Amino acid sequence: MGNYIKLIVLGVITVLALIAANYARDVAYMVNALTVALVAAGVFLWTLRRTGEPVPAGDLSGEYMDGPVRAGVILTAFWGVVGFLVGVTIAFQLAFPQLNFEWAQGYANFGRLRPLHTSAVIFAFGGTALITTSFYVVQRTSAARLWGGNLAWFVFWGYQLVIVLAATGYLLGATQSKEYAEPEWYVDWWLTIVWVMYLLVFVGTIMKRKEPHIYVANWFFLSFIITVAMLHVVNNLAIPVSIFGSKSVQVFSGVQDAMTQWWYGHNAVGFFLTAGFLGMMYYFVPKQAERPVFSYKLSIIHFWALIFIYIWAGPHHLHYTALPDWASTLGMVFSVVLWMPSWGGMINGLMTLSGAWDKLRTDPIIRMMVISVGFYGMSTFEGPMMSIRAVNSLSHYTDWTIGHVHSGALGWNGMITFGALYFLVPKLWNKERLYSLRLVSWHFWLATIGIILYAAAMWVTGIMEGLMWREVDANGFLVNSFADTVAAKFPMYVVRGTGGILYLLGAIIMAYNLWMTVKRSPAVEATNHLVPAE
Amino acid sequence: METYSLLREFADSWMLLALFTFFVGMVLWVLFRPGSSKTYRDVANIPFRHEDKPAPARDAKEA
Repeated sequence: MGNYIKLIVLGVITVLALIAANYARDVAYMVNALTVALVAAGVFLWTLRRTGEPVPAGDLSGEYMDGPVRAGVILTAFWGVVGFLVGVTIAFQLAFPQLNFEWAQGYANFGRLRPLHTSAVIFAFGGTALITTSFYVVQRTSAARLWGGNLAWFVFWGYQLVIVLAATGYLLGATQSKEYAEPEWYVDWWLTIVWVMYLLVFVGTIMKRKEPHIYVANWFFLSFIITVAMLHVVNNLAIPVSIFGSKSVQVFSGVQDAMTQWWYGHNAVGFFLTAGFLGMMYYFVPKQAERPVFSYKLSIIHFWALIFIYIWAGPHHLHYTALPDWASTLGMVFSVVLWMPSWGGMINGLMTLSGAWDKLRTDPIIRMMVISVGFYGMSTFEGPMMSIRAVNSLSHYTDWTIGHVHSGALGWNGMITFGALYFLVPKLWNKERLYSLRLVSWHFWLATIGIILYAAAMWVTGIMEGLMWREVDANGFLVNSFADTVAAKFPMYVVRGTGGILYLLGAIIMAYNLWMTVKRSPAVEATNHLVPAE
Repeated sequence: METYSLLREFADSWMLLALFTFFVGMVLWVLFRPGSSKTYRDVANIPFRHEDKPAPARDAKEA
């Protein structure tokens, strides 16, 4: 019976999407509608072939649901490589403007590819990593199978659909021009549905947990899911111009809109890229180090302090704007205070290794996790410093900001995700070990050197252009034109792109290593699987 | 009084006090609750308990 309802719904969606494609006011909308029609029709056929077939009965509550986790590991590695590749491309487009090819104008020039890069790394790579690891961690720490049966699959593929719709939309010009929230209204609505289902799966699993205590990683994941839902809905309050077009108009305007956007934007960093990834840290670092977290008390204080303070830090993006001074001062003060919980968390992660520091020499995966936590500490020191109004007057609009973001994103988010992938693949495919630890070391050094080249180049060029912009002569006239700063930045742009290539190479090596682990690594001896069921 | 001023006054006084009290209460609860050290030492080991399969249906306690 359930299948018949599904078939009706999928059929209706397919027809409606095709009608929408027919009436589409713009290309992006048409392509997105056709994508939806294609996906719905595909799922329709898939469901149809299963309708009326006998369902293999069996109680699965004695096993973890790792299907979506396996698919997620593969797609995380895939989106990582794609996102880094687009990043390298736009880095060289900035250095060599000729790479904005004439024939690709309006599709693959810097302006179109840049949001593709940010969304691909943050939401496709990072988001898939978060959904994947949260599904893995919540089951292991709750000692319960995922709640909701195939709902987890819906969340997983629904989120992938968001990525595809957003990416194709960007290239064809659908954007609401909000940083990190570019997708247009219908993608936002779909993401809202997927995200609420994600919350249900996650909370449902926690509700039926067998451990009396909710492990701290799940607190971080939960705050990530809830806060992102709130941020997403409020920042995307928009009225579509036409039901058959991708354009929408924001409900807020002026400085209210700017403040809402950066309340969203900064907390996307705080709850997507920090809280969620801290959830990973609190599970995978203890697991890889084979010892419990340094201080569980500190982890709880870390959690509450982080979420209490982060939410106020957004206004530091709007120094010297129409935003009232008190508001930007508030953002600045909270950003500086935020330094403390961040470093509390860093210390907690690093000190988990106390008594096992020798593993740094022998285990390249733990090395990766440790440098990731180290970068977390560095960028959470740099961030509060840059939020101070006087520093910001130099750093704002310069490449220093981009350097800061990348030391956090490549260093912290990237490295902890790589560590988690290296941890997960042998477990999920039942392998004794990774295919090659040497390749992990190669990945580690390529990525680390890449980040250092990137961040150092951006510090130099950022501070240089900041100083050039404010330089005045004896008569009070500006010394440099904007084009002067662009010319002066060229060498640093090339260094930055080179760093990106190294980072990308590392990720490709990782993808190869993980692939070979699944194909070639010896399987775990089956002895402990022969224990009779209780 | 207009809505903004009313909310602003509330946020600056009672809400601030409530959040601050909750936060301080949390820190005291975590650090000084009798038995908290023992509890947290135990729960810090949760990741090492159910690696391969969920806990059996009844009786959550592990040996």
